[in-house]
Amino acid sequence: MNAPEKLPTVRTGYIGKSEPRPNAKRLLQGRGAYVDDLRFPRLAHVVYFRSPYAHAKLKKLDLSKARAQPGVIATVDGRALAEYCTPWVGVLAHLKGIKSPPQHAIAIERACWQGEAMAAIVAETRAQAEDALGHVEAEWEELPVVTDMEAALRGDHVIHPELGDNVCFRRELNAGEVDAAFAKADLVVEETYDFGRHTGVCLETRSILADYNAAEHSLTVYQATQAPHMMQDIFSRHLGIPEASVRVICKDVGGSYGIKVHVYPDEMAAAALSVMLRRPVKFVADRLESFLTDIHAREHRAKVRLAVSREGDILAFELDDLTGIGPYSVYPRTSGIEGNQVVNLVGGPYKHQHYRAQMNVVFTNKNVTCQYRAVGHPIAVALTECIVDPAAARLGMDPAEFRRRNLIADDAYPYSFPSGLKFERLSHHKTLDRLLQLMDYKRLRAEQKALRQKGVYRGIGLAAMIEVTNPSPAFYGVGGARISAQDGATIRLEPTGMVTVMASVTEQGQGTEGIFAQIAATAVGVSMDKVRVITGDTGTTPYGGGTWASRGAGIGGEAVLQAGKALRSNILDVAAAMLNEDKAQLDVAGNAIVSKATGEERLPLAEVGRVGYFRPDTLPMKFQAELTVTRHYTPREYPFAFTNGMQASLVELDPETGFVKLLKHWCVEDCGTVINPMLVDEQIRGGIVQGIGAALWEHCLYDDNGQLLNGNLADYLVPMAGELPDIVVAHVSTPTRTSELGAKGVGEAGTSGAPAAVMNAINDALAPLGARVAAQPCTPERVLRALGKV
Amino acid sequence: MSQAPATEIETTFVLNGMPVTRLVPARQHLVDFLREEMGLTGSHTACEHGVCGACTLRVDGEIVRGCLMLAVQANGHRVDTIEGLSDSGELAALQSAFHERNALQCGFCTPGMLMAALDLVKNRPEATREQIREHLSGNYCRCTGYHAIVDAVEAVLEARREGAKR
Repeated sequence: MNAPEKLPTVRTGYIGKSEPRPNAKRLLQGRGAYVDDLRFPRLAHVVYFRSPYAHAKLKKLDLSKARAQPGVIATVDGRALAEYCTPWVGVLAHLKGIKSPPQHAIAIERACWQGEAMAAIVAETRAQAEDALGHVEAEWEELPVVTDMEAALRGDHVIHPELGDNVCFRRELNAGEVDAAFAKADLVVEETYDFGRHTGVCLETRSILADYNAAEHSLTVYQATQAPHMMQDIFSRHLGIPEASVRVICKDVGGSYGIKVHVYPDEMAAAALSVMLRRPVKFVADRLESFLTDIHAREHRAKVRLAVSREGDILAFELDDLTGIGPYSVYPRTSGIEGNQVVNLVGGPYKHQHYRAQMNVVFTNKNVTCQYRAVGHPIAVALTECIVDPAAARLGMDPAEFRRRNLIADDAYPYSFPSGLKFERLSHHKTLDRLLQLMDYKRLRAEQKALRQKGVYRGIGLAAMIEVTNPSPAFYGVGGARISAQDGATIRLEPTGMVTVMASVTEQGQGTEGIFAQIAATAVGVSMDKVRVITGDTGTTPYGGGTWASRGAGIGGEAVLQAGKALRSNILDVAAAMLNEDKAQLDVAGNAIVSKATGEERLPLAEVGRVGYFRPDTLPMKFQAELTVTRHYTPREYPFAFTNGMQASLVELDPETGFVKLLKHWCVEDCGTVINPMLVDEQIRGGIVQGIGAALWEHCLYDDNGQLLNGNLADYLVPMAGELPDIVVAHVSTPTRTSELGAKGVGEAGTSGAPAAVMNAINDALAPLGARVAAQPCTPERVLRALGKV
Repeated sequence: MSQAPATEIETTFVLNGMPVTRLVPARQHLVDFLREEMGLTGSHTACEHGVCGACTLRVDGEIVRGCLMLAVQANGHRVDTIEGLSDSGELAALQSAFHERNALQCGFCTPGMLMAALDLVKNRPEATREQIREHLSGNYCRCTGYHAIVDAVEAVLEARREGAKR
């Protein structure tokens, strides 16, 4: 373990303690407030008429019968709604050459994927709106459907002729002497991997309630979102309402995982309809709509080549990645980022210096894909870690030892990776040692060997990873996106001695409000029960980016820490004035002003509040108490605070059925300062389970006509308690020196590494049978095909 | 649906211990009735086809899917929701164990998960960790990885067994 950083503020108080989250209590009693729980007068409900075809021209749309149904308030097509909402284009300047056509809130006369909204029906109740849907009359002319990524790349049919081809974005990278490295390699391993589409499946479906006030020309939006300020800007610009007159409120959110950080046409349409109809309008997707329209992710086919020396040194990586993103690049983050991340990250844990990559992002007639939890990492980690294992096997080396030989040394930092990434400080070797110890690797290998004699096929899979966290403006801001990389916190001493924190990072269940209370209590010097945290309201919190890219704790937490320290100093100014003593002799501890030397209580904090607010006349004439302060934090020194971790999976495979049973999973993660181990561990576990889902079960299956075949929760397999193993989590802690708090992100760690660990475990189990899988999800059918049994 | 709005049927049942009589649309699901008509928004709808368990309710002591039962079918029965069982204290031990172990993140599945867990605690006090996992497999949680949920339920079962020994 590293020696802990000498940071007095973060070594005392609540930092590092497994405190239960105060805000969980209301959720445990069913007293949360999700968007669909809100009740408004004159609330109208919108449902959408969606395209049944993946690609078709809408020759005729007759909404008159639907309009005449009971309770119907309005029926609106794309052209009519375009008067209220301007279209958008999902491109960013720093992704050179990325292109995408304008996208409307409701499509105008052409559908480009099955499920695209073509008309809105607004009624007094949702049931009435759904009843009226059956009365929409439409005539379609089917157009050629592009579902296969390679066909899309060839351009057999170009989905958007005005763009010239189906290539949304292309990137090439060539670092070092790749050809020379391959030429001198003793061993070259090559494999092509397929990753299926899957999606986030937030239990709370996408939800929005837009409340336009015609008298003020103002809009209040209650939305299940990760980025309220980003949405405020977008509603303002596309609906033509001054930004200061748009307020986005995000109360409880029922899971997001990246799904709720994008601009969705049907949500923009709901907001535009509120303006058009001058009344509140609510849209809550049903589960079937969620599968058709929530962003999907991860459809990749990638060939990887690895050059290795006889001694087991990795010499070079080469990557050719192809990903299909649906018919539009999603606004405003674009659908080029996932592929871009894959290029950035492949080979990342290792010390080779030669790397070449090419990557094509192509349009298809399926639902759009975009950034879902761990964006690109699960692909990059699998591409790296799944090609490493056969290389080790061919050289007769243990996979753990092969990794140890190639992982970047713990004392090599700061370090630049061939793709240009800069690592501040990573701990691959400590992490590997901790993992092997935690799982008792040698014993497991011995047990595996013994069981194979008895016809039991167990596999052990390892996966090392690096992860992007705490992104600086280099992620989106430099590309022209109005997405904030900084976050802020306002902190206020209340007259009663309570402390209120208003923070721009949002709560999605990960525990933001809980850890902010821990940080604030520690920084100010109060007990946690004295702290209230408010998030998710552009009208009351400082401006900030919100929750995405594993940034909440590291960026928002630092803002809370600095605000809390500033408030503590201001409180001491007041106390010093009250006591007529030197500020340096006083401190705040245990909800009171105390003597720094003796710890003796001098004043209760409530007394500072009382005098500061109600009797400032008793303070010196020129003294003004400042018991509210705001601080912001932006990561600047590095584009990203990279973290590292390593996972391991133990599985048992039945060669007769192809079924894989997960026996255990381990993760050792280095996210720097761990603010609340209990929250971090379960967040990692949740992420691992989403990664396991991708590896084994979750798949959005499309047929050749672009029809989603399993778009419901019965057919799309979400991991359940009964099929999952216990998951052991441990930490190595290398705090980032770029902030006082030292926290790096962790929300995506589990999802990044789990698919590779599980696939490696399956292939390890299959190895004695001479079979190998290279496609996710690794279904029983794929395992049996690999075994030649079907 | 192309039919005219369905007729309404007078329905009487005991909701969280209190008698309720309402004219209920024949086609309305129980969970929608509870959420929309009674303002009991603690029961959530997440799939509306009986898979995810977010709408789990208790009817005459048995857990049911609120999205698979019509409100009119509650006529003459006793319905308990997360709000009622929170107020009565019946869920207190589980709620406390969930809180202590952070066995929830976004909380959307939590009311249904607690209902399913309470059913296990009442009916299978000897359940093993594996049986807990099995019993909760009708309730999806997308945030936690289930590990902490299983821990919390296991802790409540153990505490009850300890209590029974004394």
